[in-house]
Amino acid sequence: MSNENKLPDPSAIKEEILAKYPPKIARKRAKSMVINDPELDQQIQSNVRTIPGIITQRGCTYAGCKGVVLGPTRDIVNLVHGPIGCSFYAWLTRRNQTDPDEQVEGGDNYMNYAFSTDMQDDNIVFGGEKKLAQAIQEAYDIFKPKAIGVFSTCPVGLIGDDVHAVSREMKEKLGDCNVFGFSCEGYKGVSQSAGHHIANNQLFRHVIGLDDTEPKHKYNVNLLGEYNIGGDGFEIDRIFKKCGINIICTFSGNSTMDKFANSHMADLNLVMCHRSINYMAEMQETKFGIPWFKVNFIGAESTAKAMRKIGEYFEDDELKARIEEVIAEEMPSVKEAVAKAKLKSDGKVAMLFVGGSRAHHYQELFGELGMQTVSAGYEFGHRDDYEGRKVLPTIKVDADSRNIEEIKVEKDETRYSPRASEEKLEALKEKGLEISDYRGMAPDMADQSLIVDDITHWETEKLIDFYKPDIFCAGIKEKYVVQKSGIPLKQLHSYDYGGPYAGFEGAKNFYADIEKILSTSIWKKIKAPWLNKETDPCICAEYVA
Amino acid sequence: MLLRHTPKEVSERKALTVNPAKTCQPVGAMYAALGVHGCLPHSHGSQGCCSYHRSALTRHYKDPIMAGTSSFTEGSSVFGGQSNLLQALANMFTIYNPDLVAIHSTCLSETIGDDLAQIVKKATDDGKVPEGKKVIYCNTPSYVGSHVTGFSNMVTGIVKGLVEHTGEAKDQVNIIPGWVEPSDMKEMKGIAARLGANIVMFPDTDGVVDTPQTGEFKMYPDGGAKVEDIATSGDSIKTLACGKWASEGAAKWLDSNCKVPFETLDIPIGLGATDRFVEALANAAKVTIPDSFISERGRLVDVITDMSQYLHGKKVALFGDPDQLIPMTEFLLDLDMIPTAVVSGTPGKAFTQKIKELCAEKAPNVNVANGERADMFLLHQWIKNEPVDLLIGNTYGKYIARDEDIPFIRHGFPIVDRIGHSYFPTVGYNGGIRLLEKMLGAVMDRQDRDAEECKFELVM
Ligand code: SF4
Ligand code: SF4
Repeated sequence: MSNENKLPDPSAIKEEILAKYPPKIARKRAKSMVINDPELDQQIQSNVRTIPGIITQRGCTYAGCKGVVLGPTRDIVNLVHGPIGCSFYAWLTRRNQTDPDEQVEGGDNYMNYAFSTDMQDDNIVFGGEKKLAQAIQEAYDIFKPKAIGVFSTCPVGLIGDDVHAVSREMKEKLGDCNVFGFSCEGYKGVSQSAGHHIANNQLFRHVIGLDDTEPKHKYNVNLLGEYNIGGDGFEIDRIFKKCGINIICTFSGNSTMDKFANSHMADLNLVMCHRSINYMAEMQETKFGIPWFKVNFIGAESTAKAMRKIGEYFEDDELKARIEEVIAEEMPSVKEAVAKAKLKSDGKVAMLFVGGSRAHHYQELFGELGMQTVSAGYEFGHRDDYEGRKVLPTIKVDADSRNIEEIKVEKDETRYSPRASEEKLEALKEKGLEISDYRGMAPDMADQSLIVDDITHWETEKLIDFYKPDIFCAGIKEKYVVQKSGIPLKQLHSYDYGGPYAGFEGAKNFYADIEKILSTSIWKKIKAPWLNKETDPCICAEYVA
Repeated sequence: MLLRHTPKEVSERKALTVNPAKTCQPVGAMYAALGVHGCLPHSHGSQGCCSYHRSALTRHYKDPIMAGTSSFTEGSSVFGGQSNLLQALANMFTIYNPDLVAIHSTCLSETIGDDLAQIVKKATDDGKVPEGKKVIYCNTPSYVGSHVTGFSNMVTGIVKGLVEHTGEAKDQVNIIPGWVEPSDMKEMKGIAARLGANIVMFPDTDGVVDTPQTGEFKMYPDGGAKVEDIATSGDSIKTLACGKWASEGAAKWLDSNCKVPFETLDIPIGLGATDRFVEALANAAKVTIPDSFISERGRLVDVITDMSQYLHGKKVALFGDPDQLIPMTEFLLDLDMIPTAVVSGTPGKAFTQKIKELCAEKAPNVNVANGERADMFLLHQWIKNEPVDLLIGNTYGKYIARDEDIPFIRHGFPIVDRIGHSYFPTVGYNGGIRLLEKMLGAVMDRQDRDAEECKFELVM
């Protein structure tokens, strides 16, 4: 990182923030707030419990499992076993767009429905397994879905309902419906992140590999960790189609059970959101021999880079040429759009506190706009998301991670086939392609930028005061808090109902939206005019008689 | 078709709820707690619930919704949440400095049986609650009742925790407004002021979830019922509880503990319910109703007489909270509209009975359901069997409205795709005019849309 990127030293503000905390908490929070030096290996405390009473951005395991990973799959009935609330809150609130073809058979789409066993107190006292079995039966009778996923909520875990046993029984009974459960009680783990892991495990166990049909295309990939918020996935599909690359399955934007089942036939896995889905990439690699690397489709340059990486991987001149053609086709309008937006955005400052990977990816988009991210952090990242996968072997497993099942995956004797030889992968690595690797966010952030894991409300307030950012990116719970402080907030989970922001078209949308935010006149008119009167030069004159 | 899998045939479901017309208790408790000035709500359980409840309220009110959580993990679930809550209280008072903390439980802390009373006592004994600060609490297990129950439980928690009964009568009337919008609470206060009635209203989210943009974030906004005012409510002449489900609990508590008699009223939506509210308040406060109310009322009646032809005989389906649906149904009947399907997920037999009674004469075939499996899936099936001219309910209704091509107005909780509910009341005579405006707008826009060009008219 060059010196010109060096930011003002935030040590003082860090001290000020910590001073407010009781000493024990100050010590703990200090380890989660790191003044970045991209040259150093700095350890960041993350994926540890949120301190009770601290106002946090985080959600729960269930939210990560049902909401994030399974939510965007259209042809599964996601049945939430628990009292009504959990199902209600995850009902359509994550903006996963999908495009089921009504004309085609199997154009099933249950995403607009919320299914729940709506447990009542007698179910809590006497157990809810019977009710669950009955609910599965009723869902089957009414909807005849291909699959039913069953999600445990907190009380279910406590009373000991065995969702897996009930699911097994019902699967057998129904015959043509794949029923499987998730032990994703909210209290497991310390955030949504635990839910991602659980979701990956169960998809791997119950769905991946069920369909061995050979893909008909030449270059077959899976896109992992793309949830099609605001149609991001649609835009990425468009680019891939243009380049002639076949996406077998997207995990899990606009996805279907059949695509999951066939995904192990891909030649390559592309990991977008490292946090939510690195598990799936690793398991598929171990069992089927599919290599993976990290990509980022947020930002036009990043998109071009990701496409080129794919070209490199397939080592096919025709494909590479096609990719270059597409980039050349797409870039001029991107350049035009960014030049226009830059008039407003150049030199401005952003802060980003969002879920795994987005807090990293969006820095590239801001970079394209000439904006610098002065402070950032994840809501539910782990150390590797900040420091890179190299720290993985050294991370100590604590009690909260130990209760998330680590499934044992082995080579599939018959179906394992290494898609690329060791030598090839080594050669690609030498060329700079980070096979099976992720460097994390810290190395890409400026010297002296402030990285904060699991930011608290108090810290948010102080950092806004300190940095006075031109734009703050976070989620719905932070939105109006920040805006009431006079700083515009861009939601990066729901995109404030804009988007797509991925790919080339997405980048253009983002530039335009940021330009819009930065040139929104109302921010300058927040104070009533009469409040400024004292400071304003005021010409007071009187008539001369 | 967005809900393409919903069949027309209604089949009996015993265990499966689809598209609920209710949600869980804590979100209501959180909303009620925000109606006390200087209060930080706290969710005792795992942080996911708190995150969801804050998000749901934020999306509806488009304003900051602050709340703490005990952030349970597996360990707390096994060993109990006492230490989490003690730590949370200490931290919240140190870092966020509220005047009071209002704790509600979640399914998790309820299932493990955490005793909030005992933990709060311990916190106080251990000096974790600073001098002059207060902690109130209530139990909100989500496997009982609905979000409305949670609201009611917290309102009861508020009076239990804050009322100081001196025995010295105070010339004032308590109004418990029920789960309504901040705009409605403002309007109810306005009605009382215009009547010259002396009132204490709680909870009161006016000025808390509809705060002005001033460039300055206030963790504890200016609005909300003042702790010291609530404290005096045990000495009031009477309590008017608006809505049996949301408000009666607290009113009963005040009656049995402080001998403040109560009257349960409908939330003043529409003509009849507003009439009763105004009269009851005037009687309780011993004031005569000023003539200006004749004008206020007369304007609503005028709009109805002027426009009744457009609504007369139109079929309506509605869903939402019982306290809202009862007066709304009555209003629709006053407009000679025909309620054909009324659904509330909130349990309570009295609801079905009341709607049937109301509809007995003008809409005897009305379909009513509440409680478990009284969901929007059922409502939709009923609509498929008997198409309607208007659908009234929260934002989720838009999927049904689109699939079935029905004019739709948003009313209830949550409304996450439109604004207005926080700012314009639907209670009182003025609120009635707004409701009419919305209904007429929806129905007449449709008439315009569907008119053949030769039948398209300027004046309607
Ligand atoms: S666990 Fe209970 S309190 Fe929490 S969201 Fe679910 S239903 Fe509501
Ligand atoms: S980018 Fe963030 S919000 Fe999205 S799935 Fe990954 S972790 Fe979650």
